[in-house]
Amino acid sequence: MNINRLSKLKSFFLKVSHHVTLFIAMSIICIPGLWIVLNSFRPTVDIMAKPPVWVPRGLNLDNYRAMFGGAGEGGVPVMQYFTNSLIISCTSTIIALFVGMAGGYAFARFRFKGKNAIFVGLLLTRAVPGVALSLPLFIVMAKTGIIDTHFGLILVYVAMNVPFTIWLIDGFFRQIPPDLAEAAEIDGCTRWQAFWKVEFPVAKAGVASAGIFAFLTSWNEYALASQLTRSTFSKTMPVGLRDFTSEFTINWGGMCALAVLLIIPALILTFIVQKHLISGLTFGGVKG
Amino acid sequence: MAQVILKNIVKNYGKLEVVHSINLDVAHNEFVVLVGPSGCGKSTTLRMIAGLESISGGEIIIGDNVVNNLPPRDRNISMVFQNYALYPHMTVRENLGFSLKIAKRDQTEIDKSVDEASKILSLEDYMDRKPGALSGGQRQRVAMGRAIVRHPDVFLFDEPLSNLDAKLRAQMRVEIKKLHQKIQTTIIYVTHDQVEAMTLADRIVIMRDGNIEQQGSPTQVFENPINTFVATFIGSPPMNLLPGRVGKNMLEFSGGLILPIPIDFKDIVKPGQDIILGFRADHIMPVGHDLTIDGDSAMIEMSVGVSEPLGTETLLYTQLAGQEILAKMLRPRIVQDGETLTFNLDLGQCNLFDAVTQRNLR
Ligand SMILES: Nc1ncnc2c1ncn2[C@@H]1O[C@H](COP(=O)(O)OP(=O)(O)O)[C@@H](O)[C@H]1O
Ligand SMILES: [Mg+2]
Repeated sequence: MNINRLSKLKSFFLKVSHHVTLFIAMSIICIPGLWIVLNSFRPTVDIMAKPPVWVPRGLNLDNYRAMFGGAGEGGVPVMQYFTNSLIISCTSTIIALFVGMAGGYAFARFRFKGKNAIFVGLLLTRAVPGVALSLPLFIVMAKTGIIDTHFGLILVYVAMNVPFTIWLIDGFFRQIPPDLAEAAEIDGCTRWQAFWKVEFPVAKAGVASAGIFAFLTSWNEYALASQLTRSTFSKTMPVGLRDFTSEFTINWGGMCALAVLLIIPALILTFIVQKHLISGLTFGGVKG
Repeated sequence: MAQVILKNIVKNYGKLEVVHSINLDVAHNEFVVLVGPSGCGKSTTLRMIAGLESISGGEIIIGDNVVNNLPPRDRNISMVFQNYALYPHMTVRENLGFSLKIAKRDQTEIDKSVDEASKILSLEDYMDRKPGALSGGQRQRVAMGRAIVRHPDVFLFDEPLSNLDAKLRAQMRVEIKKLHQKIQTTIIYVTHDQVEAMTLADRIVIMRDGNIEQQGSPTQVFENPINTFVATFIGSPPMNLLPGRVGKNMLEFSGGLILPIPIDFKDIVKPGQDIILGFRADHIMPVGHDLTIDGDSAMIEMSVGVSEPLGTETLLYTQLAGQEILAKMLRPRIVQDGETLTFNLDLGQCNLFDAVTQRNLR
């Protein structure tokens, strides 16, 4: 009886401490993000207040209004930046996915000379910090005239993402037994049909997750974009954040408002694709 | 009509040759089982017939055409894989209809064929489930259903039952046999399990190390194994083998055991020749618990090491001439471990193998 009570008590405390720990961890992760959202609705006085104002008060949309307003009132070409970001991220993601699918499939299915060396080499390219490449990239792009263009940045992001998409997609295709495609071939498919009708649908979840990663990498990338884009015509949203800094002041409210606009599409995309990630991987066509 | 003919088929992986110029004729509507230990090249052979593996040498004929360079889709064959290879993103119905859909048949025809196949294999209740929600035996049936909807010329099976538990395996074995009776098609079936081979086959083809060792009906290979490998591979329990030497009108074994030469071999063996005597457990039984033997027999005293009662019969593990020997007891009584019994060896059912070549001397 006593022992029973004790173990019940113990499991209760374990549960409580579990939740508390979880709460603390989640707070550490989430508070900066929530702070940005909060600040985007606050006047500068509250943002700068010391000690910080924890309880929100006097929330308004002034920062957003100003941001979309004319140049004189602290406005920035948000729509232009947004379009730039969208074009660059989407295009580079789609290209990286196609290259990644071709490469990942090849690595997973075929045997060829130097396969492992090439694979390691691909991953090693990711060991070089992007910023270290910014100057050489800048010079090359300036010489070839693709600096400050969508095309230039797309190229850079494709190069950045391809090793990663190949690696990730390779892993997913490896999990699909080759028998599936062979069964499809016997059922009358060509190699090409077997891929698109059987292997691709089964690996869809992997392709989707590679897509999210590639998209988020390009969408959020700042270091290279800040070097390789100059004008409104090619600047991406993260680079646009810098428009809020002037020589002596930083417009924190405006910056937070733009940051919120930056976060929203990424969140939406993740939510949409997440469903695929969970429901996608239903093996069982082969022995479990 | 679709016979399958393999002429001098060779398969190399790089420098390694894994199938050595094999020849095989499979008649229309015949059920042929390729059996052999794992790694002997059965799957490779089957996959060459399917067109999933290129052929390094020789010729494969299906029906009346040489198919060496045809892709699988042009060979009109179906294959059931060991791990089923069902399409996990499709329902059972879609799995079954996939090949017809690829062939661009119209929907009513597809539905008809799928329904027909689902009836043959009693899959009606699972048609809208995905493979992930099926049991092993059900998946197995879907895999077979997918193979039959197309009415192929040839069915290929690659160890289709080896992922099932023993009870289900026995059940599916019967279903496959029934299926063959129903749909009347040429079947080439690969397994490493000699029980499956014996029960299913019209003709057994025994392979070892990329060669065909022997082919024939189940009874033929069971009663007249061409060498000691086939003798021990086919039949359960495996054939007992006793190495010995031919003396003057008799066979001498270690430990002073002497047996008469079986009559079939009298004129074949020479004195001084090293031989191996082979006999099955069914042909060495304790006196009083045996079958009547017509022809020569020999009485041997042996003490029983371990006995395994199986109900209608008991297996007796004994020692003879320094070798472990398996004998059988019909109408069994309880046997004490270490008990000495007199056994009757049916000499007419014995085989003699050459000790050097391991080949049957018959
Ligand atoms: N892709 C391959 N590359 C090299 N060797 C292979 C390959 N596939 C099979 N082998 C070899 O060929 C032999 C026969 O294999 P297999 O036909 O699968 O045997 P099993 O009779 O068990 O089905 C084995 O020794 C195996 O190691
Ligand atoms: Mg095999």
